[in-house]
Amino acid sequence: MTVFLQNLVNALQWGSFYALIAIGYSMVYSILMLFNFAHGDVFMTGAYIGCGIALLLVGLGSAGILVLPGWLVLVLTLLLAMVVTACLGMFIERVGYRPLRDAPRASAAITGLMIGIILETGNLILLGAQRVKFPALIQPVTYELGGVFVTNQKIMIVIVALGLALALHQFIRRTRWGMAMRAMAFDYAVVPLMGVPINRIAALTFALGSGLAAAAGILFGMAYPVLDPYMGIVFGWKSFVAAILGGRGSILGATLAGFLLGFIEIFVAMVFPSTLRDFIAYSIILLILVFRPYGLFGEPYSVRLRL
Amino acid sequence: MTALLRVEHLSHAFGGLKAVSDYRLELSPGEIRGLIGPNGAGKTTVFNLITGIYRPDEGRVLLEGKDLVGLAPYEIAARGLGRTFQNMLLWRHMTVLEHVKVARWSKVRYGLGGAFFGTAARRREEAEHEAAARKCLAFFGIEDLAPQVIANLPYGAQRKVEMARALATEPRILFLDEPTAGMNPEELAQMMTMIRRLRDELGLGIFLIEHRLRVVMELCRRVQALVFGEVIAEGTPEEIRNHPRVIEAYLGKEIVA
Repeated sequence: MTVFLQNLVNALQWGSFYALIAIGYSMVYSILMLFNFAHGDVFMTGAYIGCGIALLLVGLGSAGILVLPGWLVLVLTLLLAMVVTACLGMFIERVGYRPLRDAPRASAAITGLMIGIILETGNLILLGAQRVKFPALIQPVTYELGGVFVTNQKIMIVIVALGLALALHQFIRRTRWGMAMRAMAFDYAVVPLMGVPINRIAALTFALGSGLAAAAGILFGMAYPVLDPYMGIVFGWKSFVAAILGGRGSILGATLAGFLLGFIEIFVAMVFPSTLRDFIAYSIILLILVFRPYGLFGEPYSVRLRL
Repeated sequence: MTALLRVEHLSHAFGGLKAVSDYRLELSPGEIRGLIGPNGAGKTTVFNLITGIYRPDEGRVLLEGKDLVGLAPYEIAARGLGRTFQNMLLWRHMTVLEHVKVARWSKVRYGLGGAFFGTAARRREEAEHEAAARKCLAFFGIEDLAPQVIANLPYGAQRKVEMARALATEPRILFLDEPTAGMNPEELAQMMTMIRRLRDELGLGIFLIEHRLRVVMELCRRVQALVFGEVIAEGTPEEIRNHPRVIEAYLGKEIVA
């Protein structure tokens, strides 16, 4: 039982990363009907940007110029990196996707792949092949509850991920931007004729998705503090799986599917040798998709869970 | 009297195919005007050119003297050209109230900051916004449908939602593309009453594409007949009905007999 609970805690943390990245995939898909295959690399770039900001703030602290407590450095790092990465997302939309919006779908799809490669190699050029270490910002504290070990960091990661997903859900349900996004998700053609600037909505979609990916990157960097330029690839693929599994265009679906992916991976690894983890985990997910081709929460015309 | 909307020499080709040539229009506030023509005559293309979906090859679209050609469709909509569509194009998974709220986009000013942090300015504006949206619904007698999702509504109600959505953009001219398509006689009568009220109570200019001649005859002061992208006749409904070229091209010769 304690083993189960311990793994549950780990799965929640692991699923948080998938959930945050999958949301970005899902949002862009529902609005522009294309998958932003650069999204995994946006996650990677977000982690690096966060790392840079954190190192800068820590450096300022140790030089005595601006001494901040660790938690404040973390909050600032999260916020600043999300904003910067959101700008990167808008830039990607502007140069990579907007000019190709009426191009064949396949062209828009490879745009993402190319931007991904550019981000990876750009990172290599800038920083070299050396791996970067994410600074430890908060003192790890481990709590023991009936044999289950929980660190303050894990709690924080799960809370931040869930909080961001919920905040986004509220944003999309309640604000006029969110409503415009949902309208665009359903029928793109009419929206401008109702006076809504769709280019701004598309840019905002990329910004929000990229911001969440940056948050995922920083949280990941805190849990697994070694960053490398290719860390986004497999993570991107798996989150993409979660986005589809959740039902295309559904934020709650993508979030839940992200956590589900985390659970399946962790629990498979609990039973089987870890080399078999992804082999078995993704066979299971493939099987789920065979029986639920529209994803867990997707329906051909889902009324409830579409964006 | 100066026209509210004046369209001059509007022409457009798709590839080598001349879709609309030398189209002209003058529309005053409080005027209902009709556009008729056989399928494929270019009626919807005319609407798309005026409302900015297509950019015309030639010509000007002047709203109170200001040229709209080259503006983005959302800017044209925000300046007062509202529109409905042949096949409605509602957002089926959204509620009725959300439809009219989205359409009020250009009338709301609060920024992203307000959206994220729930400022007082946003709350106040949202309240006004919601009141105005409900007023649009009330105009068409569908206020009680506000929380319903479109997919659950009958056809006639969906048409009203579409009209309310167009009205929510606070237009000065409404472009109605076959507003009575697929309606039963009762819904048809209601729709005609609503179109008259839009003119009489709100003073809107209304330009409608219509296939049912009865609707055109009853509502419109003047009618244009479009064939192969050219206006072949313009006049009162009576004149159009008796115009030999219209009879030949559109109504078919057997109707005369």
